[in-house]
Amino acid sequence: MASPLIEKSAAETARDVAGAATSAAEVTEATLERVASVEANVGSYLTVLPELARACAARVDERVRAGERPPLAGVPIAVKDNMCLDGTRTTCGSKILESWIAPYTATAVARMLDAGAIPIGKANCDEFAMGSSCENSALGVTRNPYDPLRVPGGSSGGSAAAVAAYEAAIGLGSDTGGSIREPGAFCNLVGFKPTYGRISRYGLIAFASSLDQIGPLTRTVEDAALAYDAMAGFDPMDATSLDKPVEPAASALRENLQGLRVGIVREFATAALGDELDAVYRQAYRDLERLGAQLVDVSLPTADYGVATYYLIAPAECSSNLARFDGVRYGLRVDGNDVREMYDRTRAAGFGPEVKRRILIGTYALSSGYYDAYYVRAQKARTLIARDFARAFATCDLIACPAASCTAFPFGAKSDPYSMYLMDYYTIPMALAGLPALSVPCGWSTPEGGTLPMPLGLQLCAPLFEERLLLGAAHAYERATRHALARKPALEESRA
Amino acid sequence: MPSGSIDIRYVAQLARLALTDEEIEIFGQQLGNLLEHVNALGELDTASVAATAQVVESRNVMREDRPVPCLDRERVLSQAPQRQGGFFRVPRIIAE
Repeated sequence: MASPLIEKSAAETARDVAGAATSAAEVTEATLERVASVEANVGSYLTVLPELARACAARVDERVRAGERPPLAGVPIAVKDNMCLDGTRTTCGSKILESWIAPYTATAVARMLDAGAIPIGKANCDEFAMGSSCENSALGVTRNPYDPLRVPGGSSGGSAAAVAAYEAAIGLGSDTGGSIREPGAFCNLVGFKPTYGRISRYGLIAFASSLDQIGPLTRTVEDAALAYDAMAGFDPMDATSLDKPVEPAASALRENLQGLRVGIVREFATAALGDELDAVYRQAYRDLERLGAQLVDVSLPTADYGVATYYLIAPAECSSNLARFDGVRYGLRVDGNDVREMYDRTRAAGFGPEVKRRILIGTYALSSGYYDAYYVRAQKARTLIARDFARAFATCDLIACPAASCTAFPFGAKSDPYSMYLMDYYTIPMALAGLPALSVPCGWSTPEGGTLPMPLGLQLCAPLFEERLLLGAAHAYERATRHALARKPALEESRA
Repeated sequence: MPSGSIDIRYVAQLARLALTDEEIEIFGQQLGNLLEHVNALGELDTASVAATAQVVESRNVMREDRPVPCLDRERVLSQAPQRQGGFFRVPRIIAE
């Protein structure tokens, strides 16, 4: 019998631990027990950290006894394995970093721990965060807790599965083109990508630096706000982090949408997604209206070019960022007769097929003779996409659209790379424009060939820096609809 | 937009990636397919559009030039595949 402690939201746990109604140690033990009983069926974690978790819990309990009330006291978290945590293995889901031990802690992770969170483990992800299903991890398989035959989404799939399976209350993810929002939708969670630059990326292993952003995966909007409040804000260690004051989002949660105009994107008509999904999204828009929002028609004419734009910019940046994995200073080395051969062999053995594909695309797009035709043209398309949003936000306060075009799919269903790239169709435009966006549960649908109803996510997007408005509105929608509570994960606990 | 197929062997060389013949064939097909999709960007009129490298107020970040602690040298070197004293050791770079 699982402990009731594991199903509590981060907000409830923090309140109970800070108020000494329970202890961080108890919550940690219950969570570690849960991990032991379900991991064989889920596979959220690449590394579980019982010793570190217990040590952190003891410190939090000590702080509470000393009169402190840490905002995330005793909250168990899953950290995507592309974020450094001092003294722990940090792999990026790649063979090239399979046994690398991080010598420092990422700012975002450090801020969560300072706020009282307990690191339960390092969560699986697509290799170097490149993928939309977690299937590109070289180090493990993660299953969707709502149907073990289906993927959890990606690239932050391990963080999402951990939270959905009650193996953590908050999962830290990173979103480059949709890697928090899509797994959030697939696993019945809130997946929140703040404005580009809001959360420091110091210690986040870089994939595409003009896009990468850290954010939380949680079971409630309130928990997403608490995690954001703990992590957001300028960090001198990351020159791209925004030097702007952050107002707490947890105090901006709304109960209605009175006075808000919500833009429905003409180009994202949901009829194309089939009758069942169309009905779910139409109902979601009606619910926004019922809560007091005024729905307005907006147009993002260039959004359709998002995927093409993204698959030039992100690989170009990845080919540059991943040049550092050369067998010299850390990670895998495969010997060669000279240094050049050592580089070539190390990278061939250390990177998986998707990473190689993206390095090749990016190297090509940046190579002499093609740079203007591909990379610069994509950057110009990016300007047009950002302008589309700016124009739309002149007539609305928020934009609503699907988070994904389908529910979680079966393993192996997207073996053609381009079909996998299209999974980010609805999430890429916001990433290219740097906008804050989130996915919030909006209903269920049993996919063709499936036997279990799977969750769907509504994506909400706000203008730059408007996280409080975004989370506030998502909270009102969540409270009024309660879709996430309709079902529990289908996974069975295996007896150890 | 450019047309024609990618010389995967040459690109792999630039990227310092040793590829098998099989990989060259598969990646060649897949990348050719992707380029067909991205060529759609040619439909956009971007003649008078500035390129966006970064979306949020990018500016130079200056700080005072004073020494602060950095990562511990021993801990960093402990992760090296091969080291010699305080150095990273690599295979020979210049032919004898």
